[in-house]
Amino acid sequence: MAKFEKANSVGEWLDQRLNTTGLNKVLMTEYWIPKDINFLWAMGVLLATTFGILLISGIFLMMYYKPDINLAFDSVNYTIMQEVAYGWLFRHMHGVAASVVFLIIYIHMFTGIYYGSYKQGREMIWISGMLLFMTFSAAGFSGYMLPWGQMSYWAAMVITNLFGGVPVIGDALVVWIRGDFNVADATLTRFFMLHVFLLPITIMGIIGVHFYTLRIPHVNNQTSEEFDFDEEAEKYLAGNKKESKVIPFWPVFISKDLAVLGVFLIFYFYLVFFHYNFAMDPVNFDPADNMVTPAHIYPEWYFLWSYEVLRGFFFDIAGFSAFDIGLIAFAFANGIFLVLPWLDRDPKILPAHKRPLFFIWFWVLMADLIVLTVYGKLPPTGTNAWVGFFAATAFIVIFLVLPIITKIDAKRRGDA
Amino acid sequence: MSNKTNRRDFLGYSFAAVAAVGGAASLVGMKQAWDPLPSVLAGGFTKVELGELKAGNPVTVTWRGKPIFLLKKTAEMGENKRDLIIGSDRFTVAIGLCTHLGCIPAWKKDKWKCACHGGEFNASGKQTFGPPPRPLDLPPFTVNGTSITLGEEGPEYKKIAAAMMA
Amino acid sequence: MRELKILAVVVALTLITYWGVEPFAHSQMHPHVDPADYKFADVEKDVADVKALTGNATSGEALVTANCTACHSIEAKGFPQVMDNASSAAAYGVTPPDLGTAGKLYNADYLAAFIKDPAKASEVSHKFEDGRVHPMPGYTWMQPQEIADMVAYLQSIAPKEMTNKEVFKDSCQRCHAIKYADMQKGTMAAFTPDADIKKYMGKLPPDLSQYIRSRGDAYLTTFINNPQKHLEGTAMPRVGLTEESQKQVIAYLEEVGDSKKADREELGPKFLIYLVIFAIFGFLWKAKQWREVH
Repeated sequence: MAKFEKANSVGEWLDQRLNTTGLNKVLMTEYWIPKDINFLWAMGVLLATTFGILLISGIFLMMYYKPDINLAFDSVNYTIMQEVAYGWLFRHMHGVAASVVFLIIYIHMFTGIYYGSYKQGREMIWISGMLLFMTFSAAGFSGYMLPWGQMSYWAAMVITNLFGGVPVIGDALVVWIRGDFNVADATLTRFFMLHVFLLPITIMGIIGVHFYTLRIPHVNNQTSEEFDFDEEAEKYLAGNKKESKVIPFWPVFISKDLAVLGVFLIFYFYLVFFHYNFAMDPVNFDPADNMVTPAHIYPEWYFLWSYEVLRGFFFDIAGFSAFDIGLIAFAFANGIFLVLPWLDRDPKILPAHKRPLFFIWFWVLMADLIVLTVYGKLPPTGTNAWVGFFAATAFIVIFLVLPIITKIDAKRRGDA
Repeated sequence: MSNKTNRRDFLGYSFAAVAAVGGAASLVGMKQAWDPLPSVLAGGFTKVELGELKAGNPVTVTWRGKPIFLLKKTAEMGENKRDLIIGSDRFTVAIGLCTHLGCIPAWKKDKWKCACHGGEFNASGKQTFGPPPRPLDLPPFTVNGTSITLGEEGPEYKKIAAAMMA
Repeated sequence: MRELKILAVVVALTLITYWGVEPFAHSQMHPHVDPADYKFADVEKDVADVKALTGNATSGEALVTANCTACHSIEAKGFPQVMDNASSAAAYGVTPPDLGTAGKLYNADYLAAFIKDPAKASEVSHKFEDGRVHPMPGYTWMQPQEIADMVAYLQSIAPKEMTNKEVFKDSCQRCHAIKYADMQKGTMAAFTPDADIKKYMGKLPPDLSQYIRSRGDAYLTTFINNPQKHLEGTAMPRVGLTEESQKQVIAYLEEVGDSKKADREELGPKFLIYLVIFAIFGFLWKAKQWREVH
């Protein structure tokens, strides 16, 4: 046992047992972040805050929500929304946060792509981040089922149906996932378990990993410059704060995060109180009815680009059924981002505006994703179907082309 | 020296194998906890009387939570190898879920049209337009006189299922 | 500066996506319909003869008592229900409404047209084919003056003011439940039992508890005034509500379905003012921290 002497304060007492001063240095006051950053670097803290809002509002919702197909709808839309003190506020906060978190995830993701923050040494940050995107998507999907409205039921129907496309075991797999031949009470309760326990705890674990993966490669900066963090840290600690290229996480980096957070919260709470239909679709205020399909079914906005890739292929090609092509393209679309670090064949880390072809590639990708998103919402008839087909094909081509164009950029720069 | 190493490795690997077997068995048990309950599997039988159906107007009943379309065909609706023939009447018996992504198509005069992505099925349940990859699925059933019981695979069902595969 | 440019790009892309996914997409899914017509212009030619006359309420009283009270109660004038809700529903398909408030709730031209030909005025003639008839007989055999008198009488006995709930009860509740209005005691079920109204209408009229959220004020305004506009071929009758009565129905749906709206609109600005103060402090603290490092 280590030697312990009488402590003179609570702080010192804790420090003797837990090395709190050491921990504080490592995590906060001597955790070095580049100084050359912009407000996009605050998206991480925004995500942590939004996740916190989801957790806490979720805890309050759980106290009154009933995961039973006969009770769920009224427990949300009567008990929580109209009886529980501030129940309506927790529900609105939870629904709007679940939607806005994906806006921030996409901004965070595309910032990473733009500045090359997935390359050379930072692959694990990127992969843990993409795993977070996938677990958040699963959490969003399972959460949407819980109010048991028409959209809850039919989205569950369509998405669980997709697994029927798996060869050989498809039909049995669908029944196993649902726990019944149809989307039913068994389906609701198991997705409730996933949504309130298994997924949040998995997410928290992966967030821990995501934070850890940042430590060794360090956070990226606006010019993607690589410099000696230890050297710059020395400058800062010696008092040369203006010359140093780094800042400490606490209090300097976090002060910018909190300022950006303040603006974000104004925007977020404006939506919570005054503009929430985009997140709480009116169709879901009809109780689920397994015998009536709503005239228009669509997933939440953040799934639309991927949904459009799924249904963009509406005719058979070369002996493959449209359904199978769509399913494969859907799997491709959801997995391809994971291998982005290896598709990019440029050996240097640079922001997109220093990589001519990659710059064009990036904005073409943005445009394609917006087209896919909008057309994923529109009824897929007539010209809409064709636009969807070309946008979905373009998505696949965009990624197949990446290794080639990144190599060209490198060669032209003389870095091949 | 090498003998000692081998024995240690062998014991280590055997222990790991024993642990793995226990883990696998637990996973199998957990998988089974997600299977449909016996009450769900048993409750899947519904009897429907076909004799009262008006020709040309389909009726929808529920079986295992799914809509089932039952249509007594008129002469204009033609013949199809999936027709259930009882006496001189031809019936279309189909699971009322679009084979594309599972929405329920609506009957519009002489065909089923799916609002989700425009798919269409004719009175015989065959896909005639849009993304559905195959005709409306056939539910298992047995025939008793002019009524059928959904849920059991009777000889008429097996015959039609085979004809549909061909 | 560069950060403002970046913010502008992020905001622009977000707004474009938002526009495409919300206003634009929804306009494609719900094509524009004509605004509500509270004059019920289409019945004008059917009741031109009645409109030209002045109704006499005293004559009307005798006519209404003789012709209507066999099926319709007028509790205010001492005519109770002849049968209870369940029995009348079994007999007619739907419980007939009390006529004590009809003169206030419904447009006068519409009332006259309805008395003459109920199915036509309420636009449900398509339901009554193959020998099926509307449970209420038509009165085209009556003189225009008699119809004008009956309408005048109904208007004379109607109350001047009605609560939103009373309007809903008389106009809608014979077919539609609105259970959230009384979850404790369950008094807000439909007057017609489910099995009867389902058989009469072809499907169960939906519970309206959350219709203010699922349909919204704009849709409900055009829909209630003429259901056929949004749902061609629907079995729901046009009931002929005046603009004021229809607004009361929608207000009631909001009272029941979105009872916390006032709370929400009151708390919102307070949150936002607090957050502006929070953001200002955040920027001030950030400026102080970064002044030392720039």
